[in-house]
Order: sequence, then structure tokens, then C-alpha cells
Amino acid sequence: MKALVTCKRVLDPYIKARINADGSAVNLDNVKMAMNPFDEIAVEEALRLKEAGSVTEVVAVSIGGPKSEETLRQALAMGADRAILVESDQDIEPLAVAKVLKAVCDEEQPGLVLMGKQAIDGDSNQAGQMLAGMLNWAQGTFISEIKIDGETANVTREIDGGLEKLSLKLPAVVTADLRLNEPRYASLPNIMKAKKKPLDKKPLADMGIDTAKRIEIVGLSEPAERQAGVMVDSVAALVEKLKTEAKVI
Amino acid sequence: MMHLGLSDEQQLIADTVREFVRNEIHPHEAQVDRSGEVPEELGRHLTQTVQSMGFAGFNFPEEVGGGGLDQVSQTLVERELGRGSYALTTFFPRPSGILMACEGEQRERYLLPAVKGDKFDALALTEPNAGSDVRGMQCYAKPDGDDWIVNGSKHFISHANLADFVIVFIATGEEQTSRGPRKLITCFLVDRGTPGFSIDKGYNSVSHRGYHNCILSFDDCRLPSSQILGELHRGFDIANQWLFGTRLAVAANCVGRARECFERTLPYTVEREQFGQSIGKFQGVSFKLADMITEIDAAEWLTLAAAWRVDQGLEANREIASAKLYATEMLARVTDEAIQIHGGMGLMDDLPFERYWRDARVERIWDGTSEIQRHIISRDLLRPLES
Ligand SMILES: Cc1cc2nc3c(=O)[nH]c(=O)nc-3n(C[C@H](O)[C@H](O)[C@H](O)COP(=O)(O)OP(=O)(O)OC[C@H]3O[C@@H](n4cnc5c(N)ncnc54)[C@H](O)[C@@H]3O)c2cc1C
Repeated sequence: MKALVTCKRVLDPYIKARINADGSAVNLDNVKMAMNPFDEIAVEEALRLKEAGSVTEVVAVSIGGPKSEETLRQALAMGADRAILVESDQDIEPLAVAKVLKAVCDEEQPGLVLMGKQAIDGDSNQAGQMLAGMLNWAQGTFISEIKIDGETANVTREIDGGLEKLSLKLPAVVTADLRLNEPRYASLPNIMKAKKKPLDKKPLADMGIDTAKRIEIVGLSEPAERQAGVMVDSVAALVEKLKTEAKVI
Repeated sequence: MMHLGLSDEQQLIADTVREFVRNEIHPHEAQVDRSGEVPEELGRHLTQTVQSMGFAGFNFPEEVGGGGLDQVSQTLVERELGRGSYALTTFFPRPSGILMACEGEQRERYLLPAVKGDKFDALALTEPNAGSDVRGMQCYAKPDGDDWIVNGSKHFISHANLADFVIVFIATGEEQTSRGPRKLITCFLVDRGTPGFSIDKGYNSVSHRGYHNCILSFDDCRLPSSQILGELHRGFDIANQWLFGTRLAVAANCVGRARECFERTLPYTVEREQFGQSIGKFQGVSFKLADMITEIDAAEWLTLAAAWRVDQGLEANREIASAKLYATEMLARVTDEAIQIHGGMGLMDDLPFERYWRDARVERIWDGTSEIQRHIISRDLLRPLES
């Protein structure tokens, strides 16, 4: 079975996002970018499934500008077998992402699509669900565990108030939550091999997909600054502060 | 043609090591600095992680199980490791290149396991009475049949507390030259636990707490000739061939450390407000930033250019000395200014800057003091002009 994994290039999560002077977007000029952390988890899981013998080939896909090639190379250096870059100079919306991935799935016919539950830039949390809908495949979102058993994927989902276990008929789309695994580092031998692994590029413009914008960003603002915490030296002092300062009891 | 950009592989290598340092090293640094110790389990975990990443022995050729990286790539790894504390990055296995001189069964016993990260080495030249003047060493070995009987001591030997074996330089005789008698030096491989050989805790250093230096003592220690690395009396030949690597590594470490320090300082100049505005708006602060980044970039280029010369097979002794000299002195200035920019908080151990500043001090001393680097550079310039 072939596994398709999606990898988006986003602002490095360790870097503080800053809004452009005109307030129109997050500044991405000259800042470090990285693979979306949830996608890294998806790549790791695909590799583990391959090591366990459930998957035979891991294909990484990214939609983005030429620099997204670096993100795909990272997936290859982690151990993915080949990569596909859908070239787009614009950051497209979740619906368009789902349409593009649908086209890629139609061509590649994977048995399993692994995605991050969301990208940490837009935090939309929609692409996986919409892709499954368009393909009319089973979906398991926010998964913290996956086991392949023949034609079925048994997944555990992290939901409000507990864990939900689902049996999905393959092919299926799953989206990775934080606790699914801890992604490996790229290994030195794989880094040296990554350059020789196939990386196909297809211009989005040639795919005949309507990616017109449907969402308008009205404004961006920095989150409110959090007050520094204080240490109290006794329970009595804590209770006193909760009463008089926080006014919660 | 000279390429001033990194290849995709080089970029990935640097990014991977940087991520490793960020995830595995940074969270433990402050605690290790305070306690002066690295918990055994943490050290083991770090080494195992590096082994699983295939980065152990990245500085060795593929034929012996190493990473097979060119000098520029090795320098990038060292640069990124410089972002982390020495106490912890010492568990990233990268033994001394001198081990390439191993022959016969020495390869199985020392070289191969060291490259894999299964055995740790340390390297001992310095003695209480022989620092910069290495050849003045007093530790000596007397022949006894096919064995050598060693007496003397070494000090300041980094991470020998972790070492399974130590690469030790010992005087084995004297020769007469036109400028008087000169000691002949031989390099030996000495296993921990060899009778008559002991490794003891050294001094408490202001720099790199948790990264220990040790005192080695030899008391009628018997070593068979099979423990000689390279040729008898030719210890400095192999040392000179490989010691350049450690100087280049020191320069690269300093560049990485300075970059880390700078990246943590820059946002503060935007966030900290005095007199109703960001302190970065005051020229007195912003010009410091300009000078810091200029020096960091200059040191980086000096270091990478020296590494590039090694890859091209060009003479690089002077260039490496310049890189070591400039990068170590640059780090002192950058860490000092970082503290100035943070004001009083810069001195407090809640922030890492006082540690960076303390750590920076040793860089101008070990692996050849700044004065010795200037000596190397100036001799290189003047020797051809002297008759
Ligand atoms: C923390 C630490 C770890 C170390 N780890 C190791 C290790 O693992 N293995 C090892 O073998 N060594 C190690 N060293 C030793 C280190 O390389 C020496 O400290 C260094 O070479 C200087 O020797 P010294 O300290 O004896 O100073 P000295 O040589 O006594 O120098 C004193 C001063 O005189 C100056 N000076 C000396 N000669 C000249 C000259 N010809 N021209 C101008 N100035 C001169 C020096 O620059 C210095 O300023 C370590 C040192 C430290 C501090």
C-alpha cells in the first residue's frame, strides 16, 4: 500500500510571528521556515507504518513556492521515498488545498493519506476533512494511534473528554495529533541520499483547478500579552490572591 | 569557481543539527550549568540519539564508518553544535581525527568503536609545566624490552572523565639539533584502567561548567609498543596533521554560539522599553547590534573559507589560525555586548547570557592561545621573507 503524506512549509514554530507594518500579513521575509510540526508527525507515522510492513512506499506532497522543495527534501531525508511539489506562488486556501490533493490522489491512488491535523500558520483544520469528503473516503481526524489490519485502519482519536476508537475502511484519510509519535531527526545517510530521490514538480496552474480566494482577511493583531506569573510562598497567600486579585473565589 | 552558497545537503545537515540542539540540549543547559554535572542517563540518551541519526563520527571518512563529510559540512555541524553547551554536546560522538593513524588491531580496538560512538576518547598534550610550549613536556617513557615505562602527568584534559581511552603524547627521547637538544615525542593509546595510569578530577573552571577537565597521572605505567599510535618519535607528525581540525571546530563553535546569543538578544531590543520607546531605537543600542552581526558574519566567512581551503587541498594553516583567533575574540565581544544590552538582567542566571560570557573566556586559551595563533599567522607571513 502506498501512503501519501502532506508537508506544508510554515514559519518555524520557535520563531515569534510578527505582523507586517501595514497589518496585512505575518512577516515571512528573511525568517526561518520549517515543516509544519503536525506534518512532521504524519511523515514519522508513515515511515513507522513502512517499517512495520503495512506500507510499501511513502510519497511526500507539498503545495507551495520553490522553497517548499526544502521541506520535501526534509521529508525525504527522514526516509520518504519520493516527493511531489505542486508549484504555487500563492498560499492557497484549505478548500483549494483539498481540491489539489484530490487531484494528486486520483493520480497516485494511495491506500492511505496522512496529514497534519492543521497547519500552524492558518490553523484552519479543514483540508483533511474536505479531502476525505471529496474522495468519499473514510476519515480519522486528530489521531493518536493507528494500526493497519488488512483492509482496515484502526485509529484512536483524541476528542473532548476522552479517546474514540474507529475502524476505517481503506483507503482513508487520517490527520495526526500531537501525541501520535515523536518525529525522528533526518539521518545523515538519508540526507546524503535525499538529493537522489525523485522529486516531481507540477505547476498548479496546469492542473485546471479553481483556487480563487473565498476568504478575505479583514485584519490581524498580536495576541494580548500575558502577565508574568508570581510565586506565592504559602497556600494561605494563594487563597488570599485568588480572592482579592484574581477575584475567582 | 568559488561557491558562496550551501548545497541542499549542507543546509539540511545544518538544520538537522540545529533542531537536535534545540530539542535535546537547550532544555537541560541551565540545570547542567548550575549543578556542574550531566546526569549519566541524559548523556547516554544523547549519544544514542546521535547514533540513531547516523551522525556519530561525522568527521570521519565513510571507509571507517564515519559520515564522509567534506570539511565545510563538518564545520557546519560544529557551528550548530556551538549553539549548545559543551557539557552536553560532548556526548555527540566525534573523536579526534588523529585516530585515523590507527593500524592493524588498533583499528578494531579504538578507531572503529570510537567512530561509532561506542567508545569515547580524550586527547592529552598539556602538562602543568608545558602548555603553549608543548614540546617542553616532562612526561616521559623509558624503553624496557618491547615495552615502555611511563612516568609524569597531564592536566586540563577535557572530558577524560568520560573517556574509555586517552590519546597521550609522551617524550620518548631527545635528539641533538643545531639549536640544541630537542625532545622526541611519541603518541600512545592508553586504556582507562591500565595499571599505573589514573584519571582524576581536575579544576573547577569558570567556563563550560559540567564539561570536566582531568588530571592524568602515570606512575611506572607499562605500555607495550603496540599502544603506539603512528610511529615512534613521530607523534607530532600525526598531531600536526589533525590538530587543525580541532581549531577549525573551535572557530565554528564560537560562530554558532555567537549567533545563538545574538538571536536571543535581538528581540529584547524591540521588546524592552525605556524612556517610552524600544531600546533598539536608541543608536547607542542599535549600533551595537550592527557591530555584533558584522563581526559574527565576518568570523563565519573566515571559518567557512578556511574549511573550503582544506576541501580544495590548499594550504590552510594560517587561515585556520586566523579563523580561530578572530572567532574566539569575536565571541568575547558579542557575549559582552549582549550582557550590556540586557542591562542588569544580563548578569543574572535566569537568562543564558552570563553563561555565554563565562563560557566564551576559555575559547581564547584552549587549542592554542590567541597569542599562539598570532604567532602562527605572523610566522607564516614572515618566514618566507627571512633568510
Ligand atoms: C578548560 C580547558 C580544557 C583543556 N583541554 C585540553 C585537552 O583536552 N587536552 C590538552 O592537551 N590540553 C587541554 N587544555 C590545555 C590548553 O590547550 C592550554 O591551556 C593552552 O595551550 C595554554 O597553555 P597554558 O594554559 O599552560 O598557558 P601558557 O602556555 O603557560 O601561557 C601563559 C600565557 O603566555 C602566553 N604565551 C606562551 N607562549 C607564548 C609565546 N611564544 N608568545 C606569546 N605568548 C606566549 C600565552 O598566550 C598565555 O597568555 C585545556 C585547557 C583548558 C583551560
